[in-house]
Amino acid sequence: MNIPSDLKYTKNDEWLRVEGNQGTVGITDYAQEQLSDIVFVEILVNEGDEVKQGDTCATVESVKAAADVYMPVSGKVIAINQSLPDKPETVNSDPYGDAWMVKIEINNPAEVDQLMDAAAYQAHLAEKE
Amino acid sequence: MFLPHTEKERQEMLATIGVNSIEDLFAAIPEKYRFPDLNLPSALTEMEAQAAISDLASWNNNLTEMICFLGAGAYNHYVPAVVDTIIRRGEFLTAYTPYQPEVSQGTLQAIFDYQSLMTALTGMEVSNASHYDGATAVAEAVTMANAHFRGKRNRVILSPALHPHYRQTVRTYHANTGIQFVGDEPEVDLLAHPNHLANLLDDNTALVMVQYPDFFGRIYDYTNLAEKVHQAGALFAVSVNPIALGLLKAPGEFGADIVTGEGQPLGIPLSYGGPYLGIFTTRKEFVRKMAGRLVGETVDNRGQKAYVLTLTAREQHIRREKATSNICTNQGLMALAAAVYLSLVGKHGLRQLAELCYHKAHYAAQQIAALEGFSLWSHEPFFNEFVVKAPISPAVLNEKLLEYGIVGGYDLGQDYPSLQNHIMFAVTEMNTKEEIDYLVSTLAEVSHA
Repeated sequence: MNIPSDLKYTKNDEWLRVEGNQGTVGITDYAQEQLSDIVFVEILVNEGDEVKQGDTCATVESVKAAADVYMPVSGKVIAINQSLPDKPETVNSDPYGDAWMVKIEINNPAEVDQLMDAAAYQAHLAEKE
Repeated sequence: MFLPHTEKERQEMLATIGVNSIEDLFAAIPEKYRFPDLNLPSALTEMEAQAAISDLASWNNNLTEMICFLGAGAYNHYVPAVVDTIIRRGEFLTAYTPYQPEVSQGTLQAIFDYQSLMTALTGMEVSNASHYDGATAVAEAVTMANAHFRGKRNRVILSPALHPHYRQTVRTYHANTGIQFVGDEPEVDLLAHPNHLANLLDDNTALVMVQYPDFFGRIYDYTNLAEKVHQAGALFAVSVNPIALGLLKAPGEFGADIVTGEGQPLGIPLSYGGPYLGIFTTRKEFVRKMAGRLVGETVDNRGQKAYVLTLTAREQHIRREKATSNICTNQGLMALAAAVYLSLVGKHGLRQLAELCYHKAHYAAQQIAALEGFSLWSHEPFFNEFVVKAPISPAVLNEKLLEYGIVGGYDLGQDYPSLQNHIMFAVTEMNTKEEIDYLVSTLAEVSHA
């Protein structure tokens, strides 16, 4: 199970990479493994949208389930991964890299502090198993 | 009445849950609402019940004895005997999609064949395994358009020549979804070309919905309207009479994004209004927003052809409240009837059938329009149904026709205030020339007060 130490995590298995005031969002290695083969990704927000923590920003569908991806923090959408819907299998192969979904300008840094670090996320998953 | 539990068993069950009597279970309901006296006649024996029900049934008019010129969405077509023979096979008669569907390869193959026939007929890429009827299929088209735009476009333009019952059903389904319906206000000019609907387009419009042939039987080329709808970024949906598609250009060829329809004309009897069949086809790009079941063809691990339920993750039992529609139920048995019917008549047979309906209806229209006091309402091309202005009230006219063994036309004043004294007749292959001539001579006789 790959849990990079430089990211923040949610209980819904999203990750957030913070660089300055920018945040990048995707789903974790654990999430993609649970879902199995991803066949469809739809990003539900557009550049310029104001999104709140907990808003649905994408839908991921595998051969056996469909899941919503929620915003780990609030902010303004500055980019979406346009190419991801054309190669949804990237979520399986590179969940923390090419399968990023949304980039935002974080407008409430306090929300970042509420997220789990890698160790806490690992403990959270261990508890779930 | 058959009650499986003995008094002893009931006492045991009551004791287990800690109450004394069945009445105690209703204690939360105020006494005055409990066990009202029902004014029911005394019980009948099986033999008496059989006789009473047969007596009631004999009051119905039966189309094997009557001549029918009524259409308006449900049509009296011939149903070949083989349709019934196949759909009554035990393997098919329990039509609900099984919960371990791949075990029932025959059911899945029948659904796959139905889907293939529907896509061919409508000129679209994917078909679901059906909805309840033509009306609910239209409501699902609106639901799909709403899901496609993620609720961000709230305006739906309905042609006033879309079946009045369909428009009512759509409004019922969407009473609380925040969608605003326009285009079918009572004062609109029903003789205006449907291209006028484009004037209502704005950047909040999700869907424009028309009928083909329209409710009044008229055939319009929707190519220009479809183009304008797409320019406005909206979706274009068409509700069809599948028999007419044997003759007319398929909606997929003039830019429809969604095609719905009433499948009853395809081998399903009139049956007092149901069960019927809701056709729903669309383009591949919208497949994840389409409601209902979808069967695909694949190969199994031995390389043999096999059928599977596919794209189920979009469905309500997995997506829960995030699914496009909370309807997964289909009309499996009626879909099978339609598939059997279409494979029986074939492509050329369907064209011949449509031509028969077309020509007979045109003969009838010409004859009726020549009668004193009758005139055709519209001069647009039409399929198997047409509207005439009558010299007396259609309700009175129909009552008199019944006395002559004729089920008359549809009284349009019921739905369209501007069409008082207008009646719509439908003609199918079931109507012989003699029957049409008999209708015409009877109309001449009864329309003079």
